[in-house]
Amino acid sequence: MAETEQTDTRMHFDELPDAPPRRKIKLSWPGKIGIVVLVFWTVIVAIGPYIAPYHEAEFLDESLFVIPGSDEMYPDTDFQPPSKIAFLGTDYLGRDTLSRILFGARTTIGISFIATIFAYLIGVTLGIAAAVGGQKLDMILSRLNDAVLSIPAIMLGLVMIAALGSTIPLLIVLTGIIYAASVFRIARSLGQDVMVSDFVEAARVRGEGLWWIIFREILPNVAMPLATDFGLRFVWVILFISALSFLGLGVQPPMSDWGSMVKENLPGLIYGSVAPLMPSLAIATLTISVNMLVDDISAHAGGKLAGRMN
Amino acid sequence: MSALLEVDELWISARKDDESLLPIVKGVSFNVDRGQVIALIGESGSGKTTIALAALGYTKPGLEFAGGQVRLEGEDIITMAPEKQRALRGQKVAYLAQSAAATFNPSLTIGEQVTESTVLHGILNQDQANERAEFLYRALELPEPERLGRRYPHQVSGGQLQRLMAAMALCGKPDLLVLDEPTTALDVTTQIEVLKAFKSVIKQEGSAAIYVTHDLSVVAQIADQIVVLYAGEMQEHGSAKQVVTQPGHDYTRRLMRAVRPPPAAGQGEETLSEHQRQAPALEVKDITAGYGKIKNGASAITVLRDVNVSIERGHTFGVIGESGCGKSTLARVMAGLLPATHGRVFLDGRALEPALAKRSRQELQKIQFVFQMADTALNPRQRIDQILGRPLAFYLGLKGKDKRRRIGELLDMVELPQDFAGRYPEELSGGQKQRVNLARALAAEPEVLLCDEVISALDSIVGANVIELLKRLRKQTGVSFVFISHDLSTVASFADAIVVLYAGRVVEQGSVDRVLSPPYHPYTRLLISSVPELRVGWLEEAMETQEAKAGIDRLVKLTETGCPFFDRCPLAIKGTCDQEIPPTRDLGGNHTIECHRNEDEFLP
Repeated sequence: MAETEQTDTRMHFDELPDAPPRRKIKLSWPGKIGIVVLVFWTVIVAIGPYIAPYHEAEFLDESLFVIPGSDEMYPDTDFQPPSKIAFLGTDYLGRDTLSRILFGARTTIGISFIATIFAYLIGVTLGIAAAVGGQKLDMILSRLNDAVLSIPAIMLGLVMIAALGSTIPLLIVLTGIIYAASVFRIARSLGQDVMVSDFVEAARVRGEGLWWIIFREILPNVAMPLATDFGLRFVWVILFISALSFLGLGVQPPMSDWGSMVKENLPGLIYGSVAPLMPSLAIATLTISVNMLVDDISAHAGGKLAGRMN
Repeated sequence: MSALLEVDELWISARKDDESLLPIVKGVSFNVDRGQVIALIGESGSGKTTIALAALGYTKPGLEFAGGQVRLEGEDIITMAPEKQRALRGQKVAYLAQSAAATFNPSLTIGEQVTESTVLHGILNQDQANERAEFLYRALELPEPERLGRRYPHQVSGGQLQRLMAAMALCGKPDLLVLDEPTTALDVTTQIEVLKAFKSVIKQEGSAAIYVTHDLSVVAQIADQIVVLYAGEMQEHGSAKQVVTQPGHDYTRRLMRAVRPPPAAGQGEETLSEHQRQAPALEVKDITAGYGKIKNGASAITVLRDVNVSIERGHTFGVIGESGCGKSTLARVMAGLLPATHGRVFLDGRALEPALAKRSRQELQKIQFVFQMADTALNPRQRIDQILGRPLAFYLGLKGKDKRRRIGELLDMVELPQDFAGRYPEELSGGQKQRVNLARALAAEPEVLLCDEVISALDSIVGANVIELLKRLRKQTGVSFVFISHDLSTVASFADAIVVLYAGRVVEQGSVDRVLSPPYHPYTRLLISSVPELRVGWLEEAMETQEAKAGIDRLVKLTETGCPFFDRCPLAIKGTCDQEIPPTRDLGGNHTIECHRNEDEFLP
């Protein structure tokens, strides 16, 4: 209270500032949970293979599962329930689910992350080019983009992989191109909004070149909404790559990947095995936490509508 | 009998990030009786809108009621259940927002929108509501009341939309009307028409009104009582006559000083001859320009036609006219943002390329553009030192220490503290942003400054301060100003020469003293007589003038032939004015009027 009174007397009859000082982003609890889970998975990507009890491709030895005192010399190793030997049980070939999830984090998150960055490089570059370039360039790029968007993503993936074979670089490029199309649309419309603003016009009257206008005037103003979109797009890419793997077209065995792990272990559901559930849970926690974090950030910065709804 | 609305010791607070409360409205009390208009007046940030919204039992997000009562017919509406509040809004209390254009849905007819809330609340059925709407159109003197309901918002003018908003609010016969700056965004000509309609309809309906504004001369016309607010506190409360004629408080007197006297000759400042040179600083010859596709050397919509203007060095050149008359277009042509289809722009006697991209950096440096809205003209992601530093580096090649020193000087020049250099635009108030906006243009050390409505978005006090600043800068730097404004009083006090534009044509130009004294072009006369004066009863007198009767509120129409002002002119000659382009009459001393009538026929 003392502070307010002081400012009041100082500004007596002066101009009243109508803008509050810049706000720092303060996360609500869903955002905080999101960031904890996200940090957890980032750490796993870094150290997962070193802390994994077994190698991702290692078949657990039958002798491990022999119950002391039992005369069963060759017990089943597949679809075993969680135990001290395998904390999250074993999969359909008797491999350790936990180890495969820890190894798979690197494949799934790594590929998705690189593919999303690739999509952004293409999408933002072309989108901003369409926004600031002339009508003709915009027309050409937008119609090409419509063409890419009109092909169902999974179909395009199937055809390309069938023709060129499934390798990780192809997977990244393919996903990047498919998702670049939607990034293009967002970048273009954001860019167009900023392009017609008075400060860009002011820069043009000053005689600034295209590079200045793009890098100093437009990009800083579209960075925040693009960053929030990056989070959501990343989730879609994880799901897309998991879906391809589920169809057997994504990451090839014996490398582990969360999507293919779900698919391989589906028969286990019949035996009440947790093997297909664990990788699903991994995908769910990662994607949902990214979503919660993105929602929270966009509610604070830029996403005025979301802020109003709170 | 108790008053219709009683605001009793009202406190409203904002909740800050650290959960502490900051009072915005501090113990405000006033009563509104039936048939009375009470005006809340103050600058932005004074809490006037917050108080007005409290009459609906509403606060903006982030604000909360902290104490006191708002009683409507004796019932406290702050503590009322939300369902009851909702029933109240639109039925007993109606709200009229500032911008009608933004409030109407372009894809629904006017009639549907005017009657919607009344029918929704079940006050009237659709047929009764339509009848009521038609009655209100008539009361508000809107054209073709029988057919108006079937038209769409884009088919009527801005002033008519504003009146339709009033019809929308009045349709459900509310007891209380809350009007939030309903005429601030309008041209003077439209403003008096709207004011008059509001005043008579409030009398007729016997409803009470809360009128929120920062413009004291508007308030003097319409209010019975005035409440003057500053920083959420009541400074003065009294009858309109008493506050206007004998202001009791310092702040009220300050507000009164910010009201400029009605435009007349002799208000302009003496021009300084020390900066004068041979050639005019900027000259525009035979400019024709417009928007849309260019076909056969003419654009789809021609906005400016055959405009000739010349700006002497060190002079201030005022451009006036209503919205839609091509004022901004003229500035855009000068800056090269809109290449003219015909005619040339000369800088220091040398022809400039029409398009911006082909002009040299030196030419660009000499003409600087100051945008209307400082809020959008400053990049929100750049600090003030970056915003001011760029033209310094770009045009003058300043770096490091020199640049920093110059940024400091520029901030001094526009009377801002030097530590503002490290701030972002959103940390500044509206007036401060406009100063930065000016400083950026001055950083280039220009010869000509194009100021497009630079004070129209500002409060009267803040705007008056900016004008003082401009006057000082003009003395200091010898820059020529092109000063575009629809506010005639401001132009009269600031410019040396004036050009009056109507529908893209020059109708009159000359020195301030000559343009603002008879003989007038009929349009100039209309503009001058529409500027509200700070005295009670002015509105009624103004409406009796010949111009007002001839058609004060009409859409500005661009015409191919004849005089575009024909349909609003009290002196129009049928068969001549609508057929032939008016001749230019030279009245001596560079004072010209374009009209078919000659000097003796103009109204005094």
